[in-house]
Order: sequence, then structure tokens, then C-alpha cells
Amino acid sequence: MIPIVYNVRSVVQRPLSTALTALGVGLVVAVFIGMLALANGFSAALAKTGSDRNVIILRKGADSELSSGLGRDVASMISADPHVATGPDGHPLVSPEVYVLIPMAKSFDTTQMANVVVRGVSDQAWQVRNNVTITAGQKPTSGRAEVCVGSRLTQRFPHTKVGQTLRFAGRDWTVSCNFSAAGSAFESEVWGENEQFMPVFRGEVFQSITFRLKDPAAFTEAQRALQADKRFTVDAHREAEFYAQQSQLLGRILSFLAVMITGIMAVGAVFGAINTMYAAIASRAPEIGVLLTLGFKPGSVLLSFLAESAFIALIGGVLGCLFALPLNGIVTSTTNWSSFSEIAFSFRVTPALLLVGMIFAVVMGIVGGFFPALRAARLQVVKALR
Amino acid sequence: MALVEIRDVYKSFQREEQRIEVFTGLTLDIDAGSFTALMGPSGSGKSTLLNLIAGLDRPTKGTVRVADAPVSEMSASQLAAWRSRNIGFVFQSFNLLPVLTAAQNVELPLLLTNLSGKDRAERVKIALDVVGLGDRASHYPRQLSGGQEQRTAIARAIVADPTVMLLDEPTGQLDAKSSQEVLALLQRLNTEFNKTIIIVTHDAHAAERAKTTLHLEKGDLIEKPRMAAAR
Amino acid sequence: MKYLGLVLANLGRHKLRSILTILSVALALFLFASLRSVTTTLAATAQLGGARRLVTTNATGIVFVLPLAYGNRIKALPGVTGLSWANWFGGRYGDGKSFFANFAVDPESYLKMYPEFIIPADQREAFLRDRTGALIGKRLLRQFGWKVGQNVTLQGTIFPGDWTFTVDAVYTPSDPSLGDDALVFHHEYFDERIGRAGIAGWYIVEIDDPAHAPQIAKAIDDMFRNSSSPTKTGTEKEFQASFATMWGNVSFLMSTIGLAVVFAILLVTANAMMMSARERTGEIAVLKTVGFSDRLLFALTMVEAGALALTGAALGLGAAKLFYPAINFNGAGFLPGFKVATSTLVVGTLVAIGLMLASGLVPAVRAARLPVVQALRKVE
Repeated sequence: MIPIVYNVRSVVQRPLSTALTALGVGLVVAVFIGMLALANGFSAALAKTGSDRNVIILRKGADSELSSGLGRDVASMISADPHVATGPDGHPLVSPEVYVLIPMAKSFDTTQMANVVVRGVSDQAWQVRNNVTITAGQKPTSGRAEVCVGSRLTQRFPHTKVGQTLRFAGRDWTVSCNFSAAGSAFESEVWGENEQFMPVFRGEVFQSITFRLKDPAAFTEAQRALQADKRFTVDAHREAEFYAQQSQLLGRILSFLAVMITGIMAVGAVFGAINTMYAAIASRAPEIGVLLTLGFKPGSVLLSFLAESAFIALIGGVLGCLFALPLNGIVTSTTNWSSFSEIAFSFRVTPALLLVGMIFAVVMGIVGGFFPALRAARLQVVKALR
Repeated sequence: MALVEIRDVYKSFQREEQRIEVFTGLTLDIDAGSFTALMGPSGSGKSTLLNLIAGLDRPTKGTVRVADAPVSEMSASQLAAWRSRNIGFVFQSFNLLPVLTAAQNVELPLLLTNLSGKDRAERVKIALDVVGLGDRASHYPRQLSGGQEQRTAIARAIVADPTVMLLDEPTGQLDAKSSQEVLALLQRLNTEFNKTIIIVTHDAHAAERAKTTLHLEKGDLIEKPRMAAAR
Repeated sequence: MKYLGLVLANLGRHKLRSILTILSVALALFLFASLRSVTTTLAATAQLGGARRLVTTNATGIVFVLPLAYGNRIKALPGVTGLSWANWFGGRYGDGKSFFANFAVDPESYLKMYPEFIIPADQREAFLRDRTGALIGKRLLRQFGWKVGQNVTLQGTIFPGDWTFTVDAVYTPSDPSLGDDALVFHHEYFDERIGRAGIAGWYIVEIDDPAHAPQIAKAIDDMFRNSSSPTKTGTEKEFQASFATMWGNVSFLMSTIGLAVVFAILLVTANAMMMSARERTGEIAVLKTVGFSDRLLFALTMVEAGALALTGAALGLGAAKLFYPAINFNGAGFLPGFKVATSTLVVGTLVAIGLMLASGLVPAVRAARLPVVQALRKVE
């Protein structure tokens, strides 16, 4: 085997060419990681938004909370269902909720509108819905026009911090608290008391009813029972699955874009690698001739140059990871077209993603270096040494 | 008046830490229509002298005049233009652009003139015919032998009808037979077409073909009679 | 030009390298044009909307409806020359994976409001007369394989149940950014089935003069400001623009990626040019000896870089321009009227020229400045 130090030294000897190729590969890897981090962040936000132990009930046929409508009577009947878990205070863990979208102008650019989820909740919601914790202030007091604003909204929209006043639906609402929810979609919502919202919005109608399963394994049975119940016409979904499904459309679009864009860029980068390697081999023909004369087999030459190409690409991969890392945690937002609502999420660069990026880089290097390496291996000594 | 007048020329180079003096007050005349061979050990400044005459390099002190043009004083862009009309240069190797055919290579100096495509093609044909490669016009350098490549280079050197032809070790890379071809051609160019030729060479055979031989040693001119030149 | 042979010969020296470089540039510019077109398309949809149409929605949010009674009061305002209304239905067809807009309208006034919808006269009549009829956009015909005269059933999501309509008419929008994939049906049928008459999702108000838009909009909103359903009125353009902004930072994202792409390709091209230049030091020395001036060699090198860049640009931009219309791309409905605008072509060409300058500059300067004597020494 030709010692790898030969390749490393050769690479170092043409710094400019190596740097340019590596940078090209690096940029592709950076864009790749960046876009997947975006898709990742979005899916993660929605994935965390549901619990496997909860069931969310919507009117039959509704494809999102927005389109659904359930009466108070349905809420009572569901509360009495045997599949529903009971809380420490003895009350069933059931959360009937109002769900509307309210247009709000963004802080940094007031011409940019977003449809923010405003959710009516009861006391139970704070226990039933996953991972929701108050980070500042107090829960809204019953009977008062108060709301609790999700933490992701506070940076992006004005009048959303504790003590400030939000205005919507023709009324002023005092922000009594901020809450966080483990990075899930709830953090982009405004929560308030059901009874306060119902008269202002759509009347005595809930959009969804979520409850905690007494026995998480009993979901299928619970689903069947509820959907067959003649007293109401509903669909029952596992909460986690429901929100994951809501992310499908946008998640798919983002992933598709990621693959498409980086695919095209990768081809360009591979072309760059091919050029670099061909040139390198052309200028080193005499060296290759010497190696072959010394007795190294053509197979070793092939591997050697493949390794060199992969090495350059690997440098690029590291660069790309370095470029992409600062993206981690940057919050951005868009509209989840499935639910038509504003959702904020952060880029999520995971170690797995970085690894994929590096592998991607090496693959580009190997693909780009293959034919040039083949030519090097096939070099005839006589021609090479002329 | 001589065609090439070199007057009291000094030339030194800076190589790493050392200052190397190649010429210290060289004076030399070369007449029109002459065929001069420049010989001498390496480092004696033969190639440097050719470069000075061609305006590729400038003397530290002194003047070089070619056909009454003050070559040592002209600017780089003036020299480029002047060179295209007055100088035909042939190197030891790597004369030809490998991506061009023989004809295209020969045409290169003519691209710098105002001649029409038709006129250029005509001149190229004539030049190639003179060097005996009329049938190789569309061959690429890799398809030509060493001797043929050099003859193509000579064709390029004469196509613009230059005032003087400068050749730096033209037969250095050639075998005996090809050397003979090239030297015979040069002789013909000088006697039949009255071309002024200056050739730098190690080759005694080449020196034999020339009418005058100059010897340079450590930047000084030593003229030796032709009979004793063969060493 | 007489030097063309020399330039072409140099490019043909390493045909593979030149081809790969040109293809890289082409790919980059294809991508660039595609990304920029997302931004321009979104901006274009924000531009559409007859200047003479206003849209009135519930001020609390677009998910809330307005009373139908508002209609007559709006119509009575000075400057209002026409009125129509619609209600978002949100039905799904089949497995629901292909999204398309569908809503209930008042057919007569709606069609009058949108002369941009080109409908064959007989189909138009059929639709107007058929209470359970549907008017569909041309794209839906192909997307679902529907035919005029057949029944289609939608699954109601907001208004549950199976809703069956007869496809009576097909419209083609004269303005492509208006979208050609909507389905509209009769409000009467809608009211009947939901058993609750008297709601309008939004109103479309036609006014006499675009210049009067702000006043009339204000007049409408003032009229209902203190009622239980206050309104928010704006031009149709503003209404569409607000949808475009819902994408959030997408424009910014696209531009950033576009830049990264271009930069990456710049590196590839520059690298290729520099490799070529390095190999040709000897030849450049020979050319200078023959009498080619520094300036000429500089120019020839730039032309070489330019040939690569501009050929790649032509390929990439041309492909983008032709590709999307060929596949009738509209971003799954989100990018109606998607096309590569002339401005994108211009910017793309400028980028290519920039590429040429950036990648060719260093080799060109090196060639011009090459000290012949040193180079010759290397040659010998």
C-alpha cells in the first residue's frame, strides 16, 4: 500500500487548488446540513407537540383543529369515558379547547402578518398537554381578560411579555404569564380561558378535546369505542401522531427542497473535484511512473488517489460542518400550511446530521476522484516517465 | 552600420543572495545577412545575449540597437509590437502550442498584423513550403517528429519576414539526422533568402554551417578562427 | 475575431475540464434561477389583483365569517360598483393528499367580478343554472382526470359529510398568477346543506376608481367597526400580499442559498482556470516572445474565462426558463404562475459575467505580468 503520507504531502503542496476544491465541497455540505437542520427543526417542533399518552378528539372529517367543532355536551360525555385517566385531584384529565387563528403583525417588520394560534383552555390543559410550564408570571385568573403567551412568540411579536397588553378580537387582553413547552408548537401559541374566548369567537363550541389515556396501550380500543359511539360523530387520534401528521406537508416540502438543492450543488462540487484530481494526476505522472516502477501495484495507485480525493473532500466536509454549526438554535418561523398557523422553530443541527454531512463529503470525494484515480492506475510507465 | 549594434553593455542578475555579472562592457556588431554562431561554456551569457537582442531583457547599462531601433530603451508594449515584426525566435524545445496545428502555430505572429485571413493563409503556406512541411500543415505537434517540430518553429520564425532570426540551441534535443535537416534549412535561409541568423549552440556541426563563430567566455568575446572551433 | 481559433484551441485542450466547468456553471445558474424565481413568483402574486377590487374580511381573523346582511350595506356605499362573496369550504378529494382551494360563491356576481376567468359560454350557462354544479380550474382536469359533466365528491372537513357536485364548467385564467386550480360551487347549495344561511367568508367589492380604494375601504370598516363582526378591508393586492408574507423568511432563505451556490461554483470555475493557467506558463512565454503584448494576453485569458462562464450561463438559465413551463410547475399550488422572469435572466447573466471576471482575473494578471525571461529559463 502506498503510504498515505505521500498523498497528504502532495495535497499540502498545492494549497490553493486544494483549498478551492475543499471550500466548494464545504459549501455544499453546509447547505445540505443547513436545509436538513431546518426540516429537522420543524419536524422536531411538531413531534414534541404531542404525547403518546394523549388522545385528541376532533369532529369527524376535520383535518385540523381549525375545521373542527364539538359541543359542550360532547365534552361532558368524553369526560365520563372509562378510558380517560384521572388526575391527582380526582378530576378527569380532559382538556376541551377553543382554537382560532388571529392575525398579528411581527415585531421586526409590521407588514409581515402571521396567523397566530389562540387557544382557549381550562385548568386541566396545563396538566394534560405535554411539557407545558409557566416561565414567568401567573396563570390567567378565571373571569378576567387575561392570556398566557408562548415563549417563542415573545421575541417575534410586540406586546407579548408579562404585564403588556395584547389587542385582538376588539378587546384588550393583559398578558399574565409566559410559558414554554419543550420547543414544541405550543410555544407559538397564545392561551386563555375558554369561557373568555367563546363569546368573542365562535360561541359555545370547542374545536378539540384532548385527554390522557388511563392505559396508554389501550389507544386502539379507546379509538374504536369513541368513533363507534352513536351519541357523537368524532375522530380520535393519538396526539403525537396527529401533530406529526400536521407536519407532513411542510416537512416534506423542506426535505424535498433540501435534497434537490444539495443534489444539484453536489454534482457541481463533484465536477470540481474531478477537475482537481485530473490536473493533479497529470502533473504527477512521472511520480506515478516511479511508484509503478518500484513495484507498487496499479490497485494501490487507484486506492491511493481515491484516498487523496476523499481526503480533500473530508477537509471540505469539516469546513462545511463548521459553517453550518452556527445555524443551530437560530429561530425562524413560517406558516404550517396544514393548520394554517404560524409556527416558530429552530434549526436543529444534530451530531447525526453532522456525521451525514461528512459522509456525504467523502462520497463526493470518492465519486469525483474515481475516474482520475483509474487513469492514474492505468498509466503506462513508459509514457509516465517520458 | 551593422544590423545589430551592442555598445558597452553591462548585465547582472540577482540570484538568491548573489549578484552575478554576466556582461561587463560588451561591445559587438552583427552585420545584415550574416550567419553567426555563438558558442561558449554555460554561464557565459549566450542566451542572455539573445534575449537582449530580442528585447526580452534589458541591459543594466549600455545600449542595444537592432536595425536602428533603440531596443534597450523601448517600453514593454513597444517591444512586443516591435518583436512581432522584427524578430523570429526559435527555442530548444516547447516552441509549439500543442493545441494548435502546424499551420495555426505558424500563423501566430501574423495574428498580430492587419493582414486578412486570406493573406495570412497564403504566407503560412509559403513558410511551410520553404521548410519542407507543406504537407504537414494540419498536423498537431504530437504527430510531428522532433526535427519537424523545429522546422515548424523556424517557419513561424520567418513567416512575418523578420529582420533577424535568433535561435537558442535549436538542435539541442534532436538526433543527428534531424539536426542536419534543420541546419541545412538555416543555411539555405541565409544564402538563398539572405536572412540574418544568430544561433546559440554547443554543436560544432552547427558552428560549421555558420559563416562566423563568436566565442563567449565569462561575458567576454573571444574570436577564434573557424578551423580551430571544433573541439 | 481572428484570435478565436486560439481561444477555442485552448479551451479544447482539456475538453473534459472545459465541459465539466461549463456544466458546473450551468447547474449553479439553473439553481440560482429556480431559487430566485420562487421569490419573484411570490412577489408577483402579491402584485396581482384587479386594482379595482377590494377584499373585506372579518377583522378578528380570516377564520371568522361575516353576516350576509353586510352585503347590501356595502353595496350602497358611494364608489362601489359591484359586490360578491364567497365562503371557504376546505373540502378534500380522494385521499386528500393533493390540496386545492374550493369555496362556495354567489355565481352570477362572482363571475362578473372576475372577467379574468375565461369560460366557454355554454359551460358558463350550465354552471349558472345548475345548483349543484361546480366550476373548476383547468389544472384540476388534468390533476384528477375529471371530465366536464361528471360528478365529483368532496369530503367536507369544516362542514362534514360527502358533498357531490357536477363539473359543469372549466375556467382558464387570463392572468396565470391568479391560479388555475380552484373549485367553486353555488352558495345556495351550501346554505341549504349546512342549514344556516346568512354567512359570508369574505366579500369582494368592486369600486369605480382604484384611486378611491383607501377611502372606500375605510368607509366600509368604519361602518362595521363597533359591531360584533368588525371588518378589515384592503385591496385585493394587499390581501394576496399578506399570504405571500406568511411564508416568513423563505425569500431570505432562498437568497442565501442562491448566494452560497454561486460562490461554490465560483470556486470551481476559478480553480479550473488557475489549473489551466499554471500549465501554460511556457506557452505564454513563447507567445510573448513572438510579440503578443501583455495586454493582449490578459484579454485572451479573460475571454477564455468568459467563454466558459457565458456558455454555462446560457445553458443553465435557458434550461430553467424552458424546464418549468414544460412540466407546468406551480409548486403544488403554492406558486401559481411560476416562471423565470426576465429580471432573473438579467441578474443571472450578470452573475455569470461576475464569475468570469472573478475566475479569470488572477490567471489573466499572471499571464500579463509573466516575466518572459524567467519563464523561458523554466522552459529550457
